[in-house]
Amino acid sequence: MYLLTVDWILLLEKLILIAIVVMASLLVAMYSTYAERKIAAFMQDRIGPNRAGPFGILQPLADGGKLFFKEEIIPNHSNKILFILGPSLAMLTAMMTCAVVPWSGDINLFGRTIPLQIADVNIGILYVFAVVSLGVYGIMIGGWSSNNKFSLLAALRGASQVISYELAMGLSLIALLMMTGSLSLKTIVEQQMASHWNVLYQPLAFLIFFVCALAECNRTPFDLAEAESELNMGYHQEYSSMKLGFYLFAEYVNMFISSAIMATLFFGGYDIPFFNESAHTDWGNWLAVAGIVCFMIKISIFIFVFMWIRWTVPRFRYDQLMNLGWKKLIPLALANMLVTGAVILWMHK
Amino acid sequence: MTTLTNRAKPVDRKPMTFLESIYLWNIFKGMMITLKHFFKKKATIQYPEQTRPFSPVFRGVQILNRDEDGRERCTACGLCALACPAEAITMEAAERLSGEENLYREEKYAAKYEINMLRCIFCGFCEEACPKDAIYLSETFAPSAYNRKNFIYNKQDLLIPDPKTQPEEFAQAKGLREINKKNK
Repeated sequence: MYLLTVDWILLLEKLILIAIVVMASLLVAMYSTYAERKIAAFMQDRIGPNRAGPFGILQPLADGGKLFFKEEIIPNHSNKILFILGPSLAMLTAMMTCAVVPWSGDINLFGRTIPLQIADVNIGILYVFAVVSLGVYGIMIGGWSSNNKFSLLAALRGASQVISYELAMGLSLIALLMMTGSLSLKTIVEQQMASHWNVLYQPLAFLIFFVCALAECNRTPFDLAEAESELNMGYHQEYSSMKLGFYLFAEYVNMFISSAIMATLFFGGYDIPFFNESAHTDWGNWLAVAGIVCFMIKISIFIFVFMWIRWTVPRFRYDQLMNLGWKKLIPLALANMLVTGAVILWMHK
Repeated sequence: MTTLTNRAKPVDRKPMTFLESIYLWNIFKGMMITLKHFFKKKATIQYPEQTRPFSPVFRGVQILNRDEDGRERCTACGLCALACPAEAITMEAAERLSGEENLYREEKYAAKYEINMLRCIFCGFCEEACPKDAIYLSETFAPSAYNRKNFIYNKQDLLIPDPKTQPEEFAQAKGLREINKKNK
């Protein structure tokens, strides 16, 4: 009898939403690879892939197809279970983060109000942090189980980098959370829709968060875990075929999700700038659609900036990386937190 | 110490200021440079469709010439093979029989004529050595191939099309690019 009381339609609704969000993130990740190649080319005065389909838009399909047909190699001396677990974990954690991102406002379908968010947990940010820090296990396990000193070195670098930058990231967010007073991403977006975007109040926190997001995604200038020129490919050196594809893909999914998180926390999420949503509730579902479009535009801008930085700066040296993380970003974040706290206290007096 | 040129600049070894040490401003400057390149005209040439013009002295793959009646000019004298520094050219001579006057210009001709394109360095000495204007270097280069055998060009590969029966192909092979352009 208990099963009858379960809201089965809610379950179905969430399942469909999960499927759509996962497919969408994969699609965005797929076309991020294309965008990356195009942007890299344009910044180097080339024009990039343009043979597969018009403007080369079928290039990601060709790349994926190629990876599928490559030989699967599991090195003899590797730990086979962990070797397979590595890329799976990387992909899994990358995909899991998108569960708490509010993609847009509610839509009404078949007489039901459907929130376009898989789970509005009241500790959304903590969840994101937890899953993102799990992401380093993909790198660690992959690098360690390959039984290759380059991979292991890269994995160690990746792990220490992620741990160092997570601190600064968390500290920069505390300043923001003191203002919002909520950990739920949905609430944070709604607050920003009512007043101004958080980036106006917390520009320094955003800057620190952005730098740390670059480091968390292992993007240049923080790509020490991959470091083609010194560790020849780093932690995924021994990987081939789709296992390699998973690692590469997870990086792009991570980039998409962290852009989404940044847009949500600091740039108003699905808020349409210079437009009062609450005055146009008669638009119904179209308002939600406009919100998604706006959110996607913000995400694409972030992804573009990520790539722009990648094709501008070279990789940091390891000591520079640690210096920046521990001696610069963490004190800055702490100071920012202190000032924010003081200002909040002063305002409430 | 005297410097070699007047362009030498002393290296600034001052320790970085705090703003410099968080790199942001300098990275921003770099990003502006890449953004400028983003909107610049691209240097790419879409190769098979577009080609860069060759210089007028370009030396491409060899061609065995014919005269205006379509007869082979080569007499298999062997001077080109002798001149060749890479020893890429081999040939076998044969005597012209009666009734073959429309095929070969002189009494002796090359029955076999091979150039190994893997050895050839495209120096053009064969063209300079030839007393009969029978070989010259064209404006095309040897296409790629999957095995070594395909790089040994025989007489059929090298001979220019007959000007009598295929005048257009003959003109093209002669390297008259104006005609080439008109056809497009």
